[in-house]
Parts: sequence; C-alpha cells; structure tokens
Amino acid sequence: MSGQVIDLKKKPVSGAVLVAGAGIAGMQSALDLADAGFFVYLVEKNISIGGIMAQLDKTFPTNDCSTCMISPKLIEVASNPNIKIISRGSITSLEGEPGDFTVRVTKEPRFIDEDRCTGCGECIKVCPVEVPADFNLGLNQRKAIYRHFPQAVPSAFAIDKLGESPCKNACPAGISVQGYVALIAQGRYAEALRLIRQDNPLPAVCGRVCTHPCEAACARGEVDEPIAIRELKRFVADWEVNSGQMDLPTCKPPRPEKIAIIGAGPAGLAAAYYLALEGFAVTIFEALPKAGGMLRVGIPDYRLPPEVLDYEIEYIQKLGVEIRLNTPVGGNLGLEQLKREGYSAVFLAVGAHKGLRLGVPGEALPGVRSGVEFLRQAALGTAECPGEKVCVIGGGNVAVDAARTALRLGSREVTILYRRTREEMPAYEEEIEEALEEGVRIEYLAAPARFVDQGGRLGGVEIIKMELGEPDASGRRRPVPMPGSEEVLAVDGALSAIGQEPDLDFLEPKSDLEVAPRARVIADPLTRQTSLPWVFSGGDAVTGPASAIEAIAAGKAAAESIRRLIEGQDLAAGRQKERPLAVADKEGVTKQPRQRARRRDPEQRKGDFGEVVQAFDEPAAQAEAARCLACGICSECYQCLGACQAQAINHDLEPSELTLKVGAVVMAPGFKPFEARLKGEYGYGRYPNVLTSLEFERVLSASGPFGGHVQRPGDGTEPKRVAWIQCVGSRDASQGRDYCSYVCCMYASKQAIIAQEHLPGLNATIFYMDIRAQGKGFDRYYERARDEHGVRYVRSMPSRLLEDPATGDLIIQYYDQDNKLVEERFDLVVLSVGLTPSPGARELSQAMGVDTDRFGFAQRSDLNPLLTNREGVFACGVFQAPRDIPDTVMQASGAAAQAGEILAPVRGSEVTVKEFPPERDIAGQETKTGVFICHCGINIGGVVNVPRAVDYAGGLPGVTHAQDFLFTCSTDSQEKMAAVIKEQGLNRVVVASCSPRTHEKLFQDALRRASLNPYLFEMANIRDQCSWVHQGDHDAATDKALDLIRMSVARAGLLEPLRQFPMPVEQTALVIGGGIAGLTAALSLGEQGFTTHLVERAEFLGGLARRIPSTLEGFDVQAHLDRLIDQVTHHGHITVHTSSEVKEIKGLVGNFVATIKRPDKTITLKHGAAIVATGAQEYQPTEYLFGADPRVLTQLSLNQALHQNPAWLEGVHEVVMIQCVGSREPEHSYCSRICCSAAVANAIKIKEARPETEVTILFRDIRTFSLKELYYQKARDLGVRFVRFDAANPPQVNAGPDGLEVMVYDQILGQWLGMVADRLVLSAATRPNDDAHVLASRLKLPLDADGFFMEAHLKLRPVDFTSAGFFMAGTAHGPKFLEEVISQAKAAAARAATVLSKAEMLVGGEVAVVDAERCVACLTCVRTCPYGVPQLNAEGVVYIDPAACQGCGNCASACPRKLIQVQHHKDAQIVAKATAL
Amino acid sequence: MGEKYEPTIVALICTYCTYTAADMAGSMRLQYPPNVRVVKLLCTGKVDVLYLLEIFKAGADAVMVSGCEIGDCHFLEGNLRAKERVAHAKTLLEEAGLGGERLEMFHIGASDAPKWAQAVQGMTRRALELGPNPLARRRPRAAAA
Repeated sequence: MSGQVIDLKKKPVSGAVLVAGAGIAGMQSALDLADAGFFVYLVEKNISIGGIMAQLDKTFPTNDCSTCMISPKLIEVASNPNIKIISRGSITSLEGEPGDFTVRVTKEPRFIDEDRCTGCGECIKVCPVEVPADFNLGLNQRKAIYRHFPQAVPSAFAIDKLGESPCKNACPAGISVQGYVALIAQGRYAEALRLIRQDNPLPAVCGRVCTHPCEAACARGEVDEPIAIRELKRFVADWEVNSGQMDLPTCKPPRPEKIAIIGAGPAGLAAAYYLALEGFAVTIFEALPKAGGMLRVGIPDYRLPPEVLDYEIEYIQKLGVEIRLNTPVGGNLGLEQLKREGYSAVFLAVGAHKGLRLGVPGEALPGVRSGVEFLRQAALGTAECPGEKVCVIGGGNVAVDAARTALRLGSREVTILYRRTREEMPAYEEEIEEALEEGVRIEYLAAPARFVDQGGRLGGVEIIKMELGEPDASGRRRPVPMPGSEEVLAVDGALSAIGQEPDLDFLEPKSDLEVAPRARVIADPLTRQTSLPWVFSGGDAVTGPASAIEAIAAGKAAAESIRRLIEGQDLAAGRQKERPLAVADKEGVTKQPRQRARRRDPEQRKGDFGEVVQAFDEPAAQAEAARCLACGICSECYQCLGACQAQAINHDLEPSELTLKVGAVVMAPGFKPFEARLKGEYGYGRYPNVLTSLEFERVLSASGPFGGHVQRPGDGTEPKRVAWIQCVGSRDASQGRDYCSYVCCMYASKQAIIAQEHLPGLNATIFYMDIRAQGKGFDRYYERARDEHGVRYVRSMPSRLLEDPATGDLIIQYYDQDNKLVEERFDLVVLSVGLTPSPGARELSQAMGVDTDRFGFAQRSDLNPLLTNREGVFACGVFQAPRDIPDTVMQASGAAAQAGEILAPVRGSEVTVKEFPPERDIAGQETKTGVFICHCGINIGGVVNVPRAVDYAGGLPGVTHAQDFLFTCSTDSQEKMAAVIKEQGLNRVVVASCSPRTHEKLFQDALRRASLNPYLFEMANIRDQCSWVHQGDHDAATDKALDLIRMSVARAGLLEPLRQFPMPVEQTALVIGGGIAGLTAALSLGEQGFTTHLVERAEFLGGLARRIPSTLEGFDVQAHLDRLIDQVTHHGHITVHTSSEVKEIKGLVGNFVATIKRPDKTITLKHGAAIVATGAQEYQPTEYLFGADPRVLTQLSLNQALHQNPAWLEGVHEVVMIQCVGSREPEHSYCSRICCSAAVANAIKIKEARPETEVTILFRDIRTFSLKELYYQKARDLGVRFVRFDAANPPQVNAGPDGLEVMVYDQILGQWLGMVADRLVLSAATRPNDDAHVLASRLKLPLDADGFFMEAHLKLRPVDFTSAGFFMAGTAHGPKFLEEVISQAKAAAARAATVLSKAEMLVGGEVAVVDAERCVACLTCVRTCPYGVPQLNAEGVVYIDPAACQGCGNCASACPRKLIQVQHHKDAQIVAKATAL
Repeated sequence: MGEKYEPTIVALICTYCTYTAADMAGSMRLQYPPNVRVVKLLCTGKVDVLYLLEIFKAGADAVMVSGCEIGDCHFLEGNLRAKERVAHAKTLLEEAGLGGERLEMFHIGASDAPKWAQAVQGMTRRALELGPNPLARRRPRAAAA
C-alpha cells in the first residue's frame, strides 16, 4: 500500500484542560476553552474566583467599574456546564505528556456544601470569631465563616480553619474551648454553656476543680499568660445557676434498651447524660449514700460546694436518669445479674477509693488514718477532728485537701510531709498557695520513717530527710533517704495520702472481666470496652487516680460505644482523629495580664467550709475571654450549624485528593502586591495613614471597608492632601525587584482622579521616576489627569517619610526639580506597590516542572511568551511577566488557543450537553400560572409573611397554583416544582425568591425538565430587594412582596414561548494580513483543525517583522518567521492568497462571504469568522533632517544596519537617539510603546560591539516597562547616556561639517547641552497603515481616534470587534512588541475558535424583530444600534439579524413608529409589569 | 380616606449595573424605604418615553430610571439615550401638570450599593414632598384586602 500518511503526533487522550488560577486570566482561558468544546477544571487556591481584579474599584483608562465588568464574567464561568471550579485547590503534581496528563489536586474543604449553601448569610450573624477581612486587606474585620464579596463565585460561604486549637486538642473531653471562650466574649452565655455541655455535662464542677490541661496548652501563654479557661467555664455555669433557669437539652425519643452504670462519679454521670440524650433508660447504681463519687467525697466542700454538685446531678436526673443510692453492686447485683435483669450494657465506673498503705512501722496505730477515707467522712459529715497536731503524708491534691480539711475541723498545727521539692509536688499550685495562706506547713524532702507509739496511741512521726537522686520511671528525680537525718515531729494525728486504687472486691469471684495489676479494670482506650463485650469501663477504675475531666471523657466515650453496640455499628470506626494543631499568629499581640479570681480572706475561710475562690464578674469574664488569640480561626462553636437552615455546613470535612486526566495545562497563578513592609523607610505597617495602593483601591470601593468613603484609617478623617509614591518594590534592585510592574503609573493616576471624584478639591501628588503610559489610551489618560484634574506629578523619588505623631500627618522629603531638598506634609500616603509572582506560583511551578526566572515569573525561552519549558503547559497573565488587564486577557485567550492546537482531535469529547424532553405546545391554552414562593429559610420567611403571599398569589388573575418552599433552589424543591408543572399543566411559572441574576437559569431548567419552554418564566426578587432591605418593617415588606409578585404575574401572563434556532456555521476562518500576526493566527487556526484562508496584499509573507533581525531579548526573529512561513504554506488546512485583497465581507457571524481579489481572478469565500491582522507602519519622520541627511535614520533601519553590516560602526564615535519622534504630540498623542525598548536594544548592541562609541538617548520618559526594564539598566551599566528633555523644549538638530549638531535642554542641569553626532537615530512612531480606514469601511469595522482598529472593550474584550465574528491581532490594533503580537494572534485564533468549533450556533431568542410590513426604512435603528446590526435588506426595509443582535433594545425604543419589539421584552410585557401597581 | 400616603415608586433599572447594585444592597442588608418596585431591563436604552407615561398613568407617584455610570454602559450609550429620554419625559410631565420632578435619572455602578439605597431614600422623600400622583386611583393596599 502506498500513500499512507503516518501521523507522527500521538492522538491526544483527554479533551479536558486544567487551568491553574482563576483570576481574570484563568477565567478568560476557561471560558474560551469551554466555548471551543473542551472541558475545563478551573483550580483556584482561594475560596472564590476573580482574583485581584475583583478587588479593584475602577479600571484605567476608562474608569470602568471593575465589579460591573467582572460580575457578569463570574456568572458566566459559574453557569458554564463545562467549567468545573475547584476552589481551595492546589496542584501537587503533573505527570504524563501533552494530550495525556495526570494532575493531582489537593482540595482543602470549605466546610460548606457549595450545592446546598444558598448564600443567605445567616451563619455570619452567629459566628463569634472576627478576623481581619483579607478581601479588604485587613482594613476591617470579617467572620471566620465568610465569603469575600456578595457577588462572589462560588456563591457559597466558607470557613477558615487553621486546625484544631491547642486548648481543644489538650482537653481530654475535646471541648471546643476556643468556641465557648469566643461566645463568652460576646456575652452569649447560654450558647457557650450549651457548647460545653456537648462534651461535658458538669461545667460548674469542672469550672472549679478541673486540672485544665487546656490552659497549659493555651497559645496565649507564649505571649503573657494563658486564658483563665476554667474560671470562664465556671462563670457561664454559675450564670445559669443564678439565672434560675435550667437550660435542658432535648432527648431523642425513648428507646427500649436499658443501660446500667455502676458508680455515680464523673464518669458514670457523664455516661448517663449522653446515653439519656440518645433516649436510653439509664440507671446508676451507687454504693454511697450520696451521688458524685470522688467529686462528692474526695474534694472538700470549700473547693466544690455540695449544692453546685447537686445542681449538676439534678440536671442529669432531669433527663430521666435514675440514681439508686446505697446500692453497691455485688452479690445479687453482680454484672451477670444486671444482664439477666435486661440491661443491654453496663458501664463500670467505680472509681479508685481505696487508699494505699504507706508500709511504714506504726501505721496501724490509732490516729494514723487514710487521707481519702478522712475526706470521705468529712464530706458525708461523719468526720471528727483528726488531732491537735496533724501530719499529712503526700504531695497530691488529696494530701493538701486533707490538711486543709483538718484545719477546718479544728486541728491547730498541720504539717505536710512531701518527699520531693515543691517543683515536683503534684497538687495544684493554687491549692498549695491557699494551704500555705491558711497556715499549713509543708516540709519538703521529708518522709515518715515510722510512727511513734506513745502508749498505744500515736505520739509523733519520725521524719527522715531526703535528697533527690537519678530520675525514676516517671521522669522525676527519685528521692533518696539521708541516713542519720531522722528526727521526730510530735503529732497526735496522721493522714496518709500517697495514692488510691480501685476497690474491685465486689466483682464475682469468677467474673470474666480482665483486671490489671493494682486492681485496675482493663478497657480499650478508644472504645472503653472491657474483655466482656457488653461491659465498658472508664474513669479512675481504669486509669487509677486521675482527673475529673478524664473521667468525663471516658464516660462520654463509653456512651458512644454503647450506642454503637446496640445499633450494631463498628465501635471504633472514625473515632481516631488526628488533626493538625492550629498555630496562632502571635505577631503584634500586646501583652495583657490575665484576670484573677478573688479568694476569701484566709483567716476567715479556714474556719469554715465555704467556697474559697470567687467567680469572675461579667466584665472580668468578657475581658478575659477577649484575650483569646483564636488559634484555629474557626472556634468550632458550631453556632453556624444551628443558623443554617439549608444544612449546608459540615465541620468534619477533610482534605480530598483529586486525580484529573487532562490534555493540556494553562498556568495563570497571577500575582500578589509587593510586601510594602520591606520598604521600611516608608513606614508602612507603623504609620496608619500609609496605605498600599491595593488597600486604597478598597478604600475607594463602594463595597470596601469604609463604604466608599475616602478616609484616613488612622482617625477616620477625610484627607485633603494625598501623595502616591511610585515604584515601591519595582525598579528596585535592593529588593531583588529590578523590573517595572507595568501598571502602577496608570493605577496611581486613576486613583488620584477617582479620589478627587470622592472628595472634590483633593490635592493629589504623584512622586515618580518615569510615567509609563505605554498602553492604548494611556497617554491621553495621563494627560487628562495632569491637565484637567490637576494631579501634580513630581519627578522625584522620596527617600523616606516620617509621621507627625501629633496629627498622624506624613512628612515627605524629596528633591524638587531644582535639586533642592523639600519637605512636604500629606494627610495620606499611598504606596504604589509593584507586582510580584503569587506565593503559590513557586510551588505550582515546581509541581508542574516549569522553570521560573529569578523573580519567580515563568522562564521565557521562545519568542512566543506563552510557551513554558514543559510541552503542553502554557503560561499567561502576570505569571508570565507584569502586565495589565487587557494584555492578561489576550494572553489568557492565547493560552486557550495553544491548548486547542494540541487537543483539536478530541474537541468535544468531554463536554456535556444538557438534554431536555420535548417542549409542550401551549398555543391557544388558557393562562395557567403557577407561583412558587420561597422562604429562603428565614431570609424571606422571617420578614415577609409567606403564607399570606401564597394566599394572595393564588387569587391573582391567571394563577391556578400557588405554593411555598423552604428553599426553592434545593434539588428536591426543583423536582417538586417540575412535577407540579406537569401534573397541573401549568403554562407560566413565577418564582418569588432571590435574584434572577443568579437563579433564573436554574429555575428555567426546571421548566425545561417539565417540558415547558424556559421563556415562560418570570421571577420576583423578594429577598435581595425586599426582605433583606426592609428587615425592620415586616408589614411593609410583605406588602411590597405582594406587589412584586402581582407585577411578575402580570408580565408572566403575556410571556410567549421563544425558540432559538440552530444555524449552521461555516467552520472556515479568514485571516487578513500575512505578517507575523496573521501568520501566527492562521497557523493556530490550522493546528486547531479549521480550514483557514490567509490573504496578504503583498507578494511575500512576513510583513514588517521582515525588517527586525532580533528582539531586545535576543530572540532570532528571522528564524522564527522562516519557520512560521514554512509551516503555514505547507499546512494542510491553510490556503495562502498572496498579492490578494479582501474587497468585501457580507453576512454575519458564522456565515460570512468574503470577496477576494486575487491576481488571477476574484473569488468568493464562505467563512464563519475573520481576523484582521493588517499591521502598521513605521512613521517616516519629517523632522530632524530625516530624509535630508543620510546620517539620520530610524531605529528599525539602525537595527538592520547593525545586524547586516558589522563594519557599520567603524568610525562612528557618537550616536544620538531622539525618542518620541511622531509620538506623544498633539496630532498623535499616543505612545508608540516599543521605541524606548528599541532604542535601548540598539544602544546595547552598539556598546557591546564598540564600547568606545558614545551613545546618548534623548528621552521624555523611558518606558521600558515590565521585564524590559532590565535592559534599560543594562544600557546604563554599559555607559549609555540618558538625557531627559521636555516636550516644550524639543532637541534641535543642525547638519554640521563634523557631524550632526544636536542641542538639548537638560532638565536636571537646567541648561542647553550640545553634542556632535556621527549618526542621529530617530525613534519613529508606529502609525496605522495609510489605508486602514479603507479596509475599516469595507468591513464596517471601527477605528479609534488614532486610526488603529478599535476593540469591543478596552479591558475585557481586547481582540474582539463589536461586530460578532470579527477579531483583531497585531499592530493593526495598536503599537506592540512581537511577543505581544504573537499572544494576541493566538488570542484572536482562540476567540475565532469559539465560533468555528460549533457545527451550528443557536440564534434568536431575546432579540429585536422588525415589523417588516410597516417599516418605512427611516434608518433610526441603523443609527442607534451600538453594533451596527440593523441593515436595509433587498426589500428596502430594515432587517435585524438574530445572530448578531444583542437584545439591548436601544433600537426598539428609538423606533419612531414602534415597529421593533425585543422578544421576551415586548413593550406590552414591560408595561404590564410596570403598571400592575 | 385618611389613610397615610405611602408613595409608590417604579424603578426601571439595567441588569449589569444598577440591578447588581440593588442586589448587593440586599447582601449588605442596607435598609431603605419599601416604596420602590423594580422592573429590570437589559439596558436603560430600552426605556421608552411611552413606558414612563404609562407608569404615571397607572398611578405611580414617582419613577426612577437607573443605568450604568456614564461611560460604563455595556451597550455603549444606552444610558445616555435613557438620560435624554428622561429629560424629554420630564418636560412632558411638566406640560401635563404632573411635574417633572416625579421622574429622575440615576447612574449607579454595580458595586455601589450604598448609592442605590441613597437614591431610593432620596426619591421616596421627594415623592412624599410632592404628594400623591393626581392620576392615581388609590388602590386599597393589599394589606387591607
């Protein structure tokens, strides 16, 4: 066989593309890709898309509102079924090859289900945690649950969690400590207490006796002192007691199972509480006559008053828990017996009540007693005074408690003997202190050797002194007796308190329960299950003597296990949680000592058992709670769970790992503003009235921290004098940021103008080095700011600024134009911070295997800036290099084209198309309107009387059905709605809920699922524009809602079904112009699989680029061009027509017909889209002797000369260059953008070839923007001289015998300089082609004021014409560099692909229709339409092509005979709605 | 009679700018008088003098038209056309004896929710000062129905 074509390229596998970063670049790429038939994963690190553009107030040079521009884009991205937004995602790896990549993405949870969240914001109201609002750069506060701005996409809220807060982590019971502390700070005590009780039913007890490991872990302790958490717990617990109202929880419905608990101590009580909540019948068996266990009989009343314990036991009993006192388990009531009696499970919590023996001679003497036993008797009221002089042995709380109790029972002298030092003493520090205050003596390093027998009674204790030796198993140094140190202390009573153990004698002799040495029950540490599966155990019985909170934790855990056991679930599953520990940001926290609880006077208190420690009062509690550093950010107070009626919140979500298959990757991680703190001399962060430019952007914004009121953050006053300092973090080698950030000059000018709009009369000053106004329309904007708005531009860089502490004013020192040091005072200073790669860009680049330069921008290695070193991975936006929004958008579209070139064979393979059932014909039917009214939880229902609205709507004309939904947008409501439409045969639907902007499409889909035309739908916005804005007046809000519903019903009755009709698309492209722009666009289109015709007027391809040997960066332009031409001319999809001209294009997007005059014949060509890439020309100057003297040439000619003839420089000693020849002058007021860099490039070439040649560049502003700035620096380093001149004093040139005599007025020296040049090089302007207007008028395309083609929108549609289907690329659009031409050409190809990729496009719908019968062709509409759509047709009447109409209706309202109606917005429909008053 | 006069104000506003601002006022919970009834149009360039007259004929006490800020129109100059028509309609209202003050043009950008709230406040105040539209056949309030 022959003729077989072997495709060397492997066919791509995946038709999906990953776009990393969802700022304006990522969004644009995603939209272009999705519109061209590819599925897009849009991965964004933040919680919402939109990037920094969403934070901007206005944009230059049009002062367009940024939100207005970006909001529709956000919605477009959100509603595109082929874009999947992955928020909080970060890319961890990229494997594979172009066409077949595997990407791994880690998605951090939002903790809020995006599909369920309705964006109502109820959660915000209850969240107690405030943090600096990152969207507003910390100028105000937001909650831990938040979204950045109301129009944010995804619209769902998110929660910030840094991990588990140390306090919660340290708490054995896992109480959300940070949560209740935050609630207490807000005075929300009931909520705080409820939160505590979720994990601990004994808050009043623990508020007094807890060992508070939380405080030891508290991060505040690293700043000054930990939060007094225990006291705060006590405060809220006591607050409830004092309120007299027990806040009882609701138990689940009773269930049949009975549970037995042995022991009414903290473990048993806790288990009983949580079991009762689950609905179990719980019985506690208690051996003692009182409940409480060690809390009752181990802790003296002066620490834990019995009535406090009684209160909490009563609280538990109120849930139905039965406590049987004096009922020891054993004998007949053994474990097996309980089982036989029908108890499903047993929780064994008998504590450790048996005192350990000292093992010292004389211990059996009367007068020597166990400390625990003594305390028990004291608690039960049966204890007597243990003696006049008493010694207590031990160093724990029992020892100290026994000592203090002895005092209270009448002992006169009490001495504690402890064998180590105070540091090792396990008793609480505060208890030791209190004991000492009360007169207890403590002998450290002392132990009893024997008790002295004095006539059969205790007469004293022989004490042996100890010293500390090597550490023992516990890590503490072991006490070693010192022989010979013995001495006797006379005592008549002794209490031994060296420890306790459980008393398990009650267990049946043949019990199967496994018991460890020292009589401890063995239970699983996680599930608390013992060797008997139905028996659980916890508390001191398992651990030996430990804390109440550990016992409570055990009881709660056992309760959970018992529930699982009974329900047949795995006991352990999902309970072992390991969460990262949150680390608080402690920077800038000012020290503030902790509040101290007051204690009663020692003399007074030691005489009775009244409580020693007093509770905090309310101010102390709130002040103490406010000290919390909010380590975890989210405090896990769970208030949001209760507030969210949509049940969208889940605090337990964990990060997930996604593996995505994609064919290509677009990197658009964007930038972050330079960290202004690094420029310490400007005082940012120290002086409140020094802001960064992004902060000032938020200050200007109506949705910003001050509601658009321009004020000083320091004192809220309106500034009168505002200064901007440029180049902060740009053009600054000391910061490693020696590039120019491109946008700052313009945004500062914009901010100055807008600030003046806010505050008329504001004095605005901008300190700058060069004004870089190189973009389209920029120079005019700058001039307007300077001349019309009076913005003062001072060419000087202040070296520092100082604050006047008395006024907060800022004093700037700078050298003025006369080189004199000046001091000037300002109210507010804005630092124009530069752009640096976003923090995530570095990790992203690493994960992608993409090289970056020393700044972190994508490393460029090709004339095409979109390519990275990794094939199939493309870079765009500021990640590629600093640039503005239009350039970013262009690159983003260009990157989409690059991906499309790889993936053309699998286009459409992964996109989804929604399928709907056929539509029902409603012609001739009586109106049957259904009205669905939304409560939106309480958002509407809490203000508007929804039931009344339903009644009212039901009675409106044409309404046959009215109902309400809690959430109309929820999936189940949508299904119900569709079902009702079908069942009731509804033919119009009105939903009264939120905004059609966000929800209309969703509801329309419900109609379509119910076989109803989606245009038979109407919405009444009774939330955003009613219930939310009239919260205080429920009646008025209800009245208004009724009116809005009536208006919608009125319009609905007149709605008609509309259909969009498919129109086949001619999937062929026409590219006009065969320069580098046209060639690049044509090749991209060809590679994307589209038949493409390239029409070039000249005989050869290549255009102006043929005259450029290489770029500033050193890329070989001619090699690139040759390759490109070769590829284009040999491409199977591309036909080249040279020496040909487009004479006419007729038709509309998708279906154009072009007439092309070729040398041989004139042909017509059908195509769906057209790209205009006709280039520009170099101005041929009339000034400076150009043309008259051969020594005067242009930069383009110089570049060629230097390249082609190495000997050219011989004998050339001095070269002078003059900038802005033909640019920035009254007739041609734009900057030609490329000439500064061209001059620098040529100057470098000269200096490198012949260093002794003097090169002087006469300039107005050096505009080597972005990374080109590095070459400006290089030129200076090479000795190129730069002399600035003013437009008012241009250089003068005379031809002299020895050379060209050039005179220039030096601004800095203030005098004329003269030089004699061998060559004079003019940086001649880039001008539109002479006949650009001819083509423009043939194609009916607009030109701008400078004669370049005009884009649809300066910011967001930089390659589109307003006429659909036409796109532009290259210098026909304006002066630009070759790499920019390439980006834009690719962008034009991508935009064209969004048309050409579809076999057919849907036209019609909401478009204007002319009544052709009655049209008199007055042409008013033709003149009115902003897009030039209405045209006179062959019949002599106006025709509006539905494929091109945008539906704005400007023509309809202008038509004098009212013969134009916009479908779906007919006059009758609008009037019906507007007059249904 | 004797019922308190609560003016009814109809607002014709454009989707991209003012409607977005009005929604945002909701998100921000800005409170303003409940007298305004919004009709959303794609562009205020669609506002027809006839609509304005019909709305007054139907009894509205005041009418607001609000589009994009000058220069921000998504359809280039629709808001300017609306501005001209509003100016024209004002003269018609003067001639008809209703008073041109009952009608006003506003320009409110998408992020300027406070401006929307202020505009409604101002217009409500003005409608209260001007008193009821003499053409209004006072419909019993739905509340009384």
